Amino acid sequence: MPTLEKDKPKTNRIGLPIADYKGAESTLCNGCGHDAISSQIIKAFYELGIEQHRVVKLSGIGCSSKSPAYFLGHAHGFNGVHGRMPSVATGVMLANQRLIALGVTGDGDTASIGIGQFVHLMRRNVPMVYVIENNGVYGLTKGQFSATSERGSKSKSGVANPLPAIDCCQMAIELGCSYVARSFAGDPKQLIALLKGALSHRGTALIDVISPCVTFNNHPDSTKSYDWAKEHEEPLHEIGFVPYFDQITVDYDEGTATDVTLHDGSRIRLKKLDRDHDPMSRTGAIRMLEEARANSEFLTGLIYIDPTSIDFVSLLNLVDEPLATLPLEKVRPPKDALDEIMQELR
Amino acid sequence: MASTIETAYADEIATKKQEWVVNDFSIQVATVNGSGSQTSNTVLMRSIFQMGVPVSGKNLFPSNIAGLPTWFTIRASKHGWIARKKDIDFLVAMNPETAGEDVLGLEPGAVAVYEETLKLDQIRNDLIFYRVPFAKLSAEVTKEAKLKRLLANMIYVGVVAQLLSIEMEEVRKAISRQFKSKPKAADLNIKAAELGFEYAEKNLPKRDRFRVERMNKTAGKIIIDGNSAMALGCAFAGVTVVTWYPITPSSSLCETLTEYLAQYRTDKKTGKATYAVVQAEDELAAFGMVLGAGWAGARAMTSTSGPGISLMAEFAGLGYFAEIPGVVFDVQRVGPSTGLPTRTSQGDILSVAFLSHGDTKHIVLIPASVEECYQMAIDAFDLAERFQTPVFVCSDLDLGMNNWMADPFPYPDKPIDRGKVMTAEQLEKVGKFERYRDSDGDGIPYRTLPGTPHRLAAYFTRGSGHNEKSEYSERSEDYKNLVDRLSKKYETARKFVPAPVLSSNGSNCRLGIIAYGSSHWAVAESQAQLRAEHDIDTDYLRVRALPFNYDLKNFVRNHERVYIVEQNRDGQMASLIKLEAGGDTEKIRSVLHYTGIPIDARTVTEQILRQEREG
Repeated sequence: MPTLEKDKPKTNRIGLPIADYKGAESTLCNGCGHDAISSQIIKAFYELGIEQHRVVKLSGIGCSSKSPAYFLGHAHGFNGVHGRMPSVATGVMLANQRLIALGVTGDGDTASIGIGQFVHLMRRNVPMVYVIENNGVYGLTKGQFSATSERGSKSKSGVANPLPAIDCCQMAIELGCSYVARSFAGDPKQLIALLKGALSHRGTALIDVISPCVTFNNHPDSTKSYDWAKEHEEPLHEIGFVPYFDQITVDYDEGTATDVTLHDGSRIRLKKLDRDHDPMSRTGAIRMLEEARANSEFLTGLIYIDPTSIDFVSLLNLVDEPLATLPLEKVRPPKDALDEIMQELR
Repeated sequence: MASTIETAYADEIATKKQEWVVNDFSIQVATVNGSGSQTSNTVLMRSIFQMGVPVSGKNLFPSNIAGLPTWFTIRASKHGWIARKKDIDFLVAMNPETAGEDVLGLEPGAVAVYEETLKLDQIRNDLIFYRVPFAKLSAEVTKEAKLKRLLANMIYVGVVAQLLSIEMEEVRKAISRQFKSKPKAADLNIKAAELGFEYAEKNLPKRDRFRVERMNKTAGKIIIDGNSAMALGCAFAGVTVVTWYPITPSSSLCETLTEYLAQYRTDKKTGKATYAVVQAEDELAAFGMVLGAGWAGARAMTSTSGPGISLMAEFAGLGYFAEIPGVVFDVQRVGPSTGLPTRTSQGDILSVAFLSHGDTKHIVLIPASVEECYQMAIDAFDLAERFQTPVFVCSDLDLGMNNWMADPFPYPDKPIDRGKVMTAEQLEKVGKFERYRDSDGDGIPYRTLPGTPHRLAAYFTRGSGHNEKSEYSERSEDYKNLVDRLSKKYETARKFVPAPVLSSNGSNCRLGIIAYGSSHWAVAESQAQLRAEHDIDTDYLRVRALPFNYDLKNFVRNHERVYIVEQNRDGQMASLIKLEAGGDTEKIRSVLHYTGIPIDARTVTEQILRQEREG
């Protein structure tokens, strides 16, 4: 079908339409916060005009880790094993420091099975964007608590979580991460700004995105929605049941708080950082996180940044050309080097 | 009184020149670890080596930093046998804690040099004892307590040198070499060795039959441990990403490699590195980094031992299933669990062969010598990239940490093989790219590297089910197609991995022996024993890789019995060979040695003879 000039899609600075930055069709539940994040990732890369062949998408295992298939279809992707994306990403960046690495992970993938690798990724300050799609629940295995589930939240079977939540942002600051942010999947304006900031940062850029699970995020009052579904759907397959919800969006100003009602009827309070928050202050950042915790709020925005930090790859003082494609003469020492070593061993 | 008898005995021995045992004995030095004995032992071993006599040195040490017993065995062998010798001929007892036991373990007629305060001559009367006041002598060289202990160890070198007719000049040379950068320490140590030598000359008339005589069998040879040899192989294979987590007995591989890389792989103009070394947080991360780097096009490796192999199982499956190159060096130690961390074993073969859950099988290379440690390290990277899969190289503590004599390593004569990698230009030309399609019929698909500037280059790697286009798939046909192709790829690998080495004794040979790795040296010597002492000829097949690049079925068919020699309890290689050889499995017998101490020829010979007798 011929295209009229006026119907031609808008393109970015490298002449590509936004459609070019899309991936395969999402297989996640309708209304999943993760899809909202994918949309903003697509938009951020499109708007920045990044060539996709320079991008690698990395993930572990879980709902969140499936999502790299749903954006940037022309970038290489690596869906590894559960909780071990950080080590894979580290290896990739060592092999080719010119790549732009985007890791997408979940709260189970990061805060439970992968906490060790998360810790060391933050500590090393490996240059990459690390997005946690945090819904406080194991979705793929049908609704178990994760280590970011709030204390007291109830599982589907009514059991209250007795343990405190791990705050990945606070941990990351303490570990030396040089860009620490939190956002909400339904706040596209803030999220895209944080993503763009992360993409221009050299070092690990962590964005912890609260991303409601439409299916399994059951807080104290949440049986409502479940009961509702039970009454309205016949027959009910408990495991496979996926209700349809619209994506939740918010739009609120800096320094203000907003209550968000999640799909299950529960509420969380998001507090946007003040304009006068100094994100370069490590102690200030930790104090604010502590205060927000005391007020049962999720602090959103750029919490901490250290633009002077040295990333791990720079620390290794590598040659400019990617290690992956160094020619033979650069990687095999000459014969006299071997002769010299042999002489010493005689 | 004693001295009169001793002198008379010595005179008697001296007149019977034909009874000298020349260049064919073992020395064991029993010390405490952390006492600097390693240096003394190396000096003693090198002194013999410098006299042209083939030597091998084996360190038996505890999993401890300082204060526990350690033994070092040097074998001099004019025949060039370098396996451990079962019996100790010449003991140097420096450790009060084990001296009694050490002396009781000797065969009658053996020699024991000991610190005089230990009074070992009261334990047995069928040995030849040399009593030396080591403590008093070292007090003559220094007043410093710590130095005294270190120097006592160098004094025994002098004593042993004199007793065994090792030339003092060679000892001096070996000490100077050892303390190359510390001339002061060299002087002090030479002084200590000389003191021991002079003491023995004056006070210890020769009463034993062992002596070293100059030969010409070590000219041009090098002495190196297997880990260093592998490190050299990696450096010359063009490794670019090295990750590791410290674990005995593999740590020295990456540590040595780091030194070589710093020296030989730093760009002279810019001072920048053509490699990256990362000490990972654990073995999982170490292997994850290798696969990330390998996927992105680096030549990546890690080294580990048993417990690390267990941790790597999950990633091994990912590497196999997603087809990502990477090299893992497994310097085996005794398991299960923590096991005996400082003792040797060949107990990982079976688990490495199939490492990970599901239908998984790996390419495994098994070096037997330091030369092969070097060569197979180079081969491993080529194979990993050619077959786009993790390749395991299984060495062991004996090979990896002990010193072995070898010919100098040859400079690689082939360029490196980067395998089937499509560039942007090739993609443009072909106009199509399907990551997991077997377009060549050898089971090996083409890959692209991230960063390739072409719209067709990108693909999605995953450990979950996928089709030829690397799309997620749970379809049965796609799964079966994929795992069958992986099997085909493994079959293709047969022709590429190192073939076994056959030493045949002609068509009438009834007995076959199969061995691998460091067991080789004991087997070669056992063959000679069987021939010389029992008139038994054997054919010997030394396996060097999985999958087997040989007609094992035929080898088993052509022999009445086949003995598979290995250093583990369950006959792990025998199991693999039985799978491979099919029908004739009742012919296959095992010769097993799993004490943590390196296997010796006598054990192999005895076990074969016993089973032959029993039929």
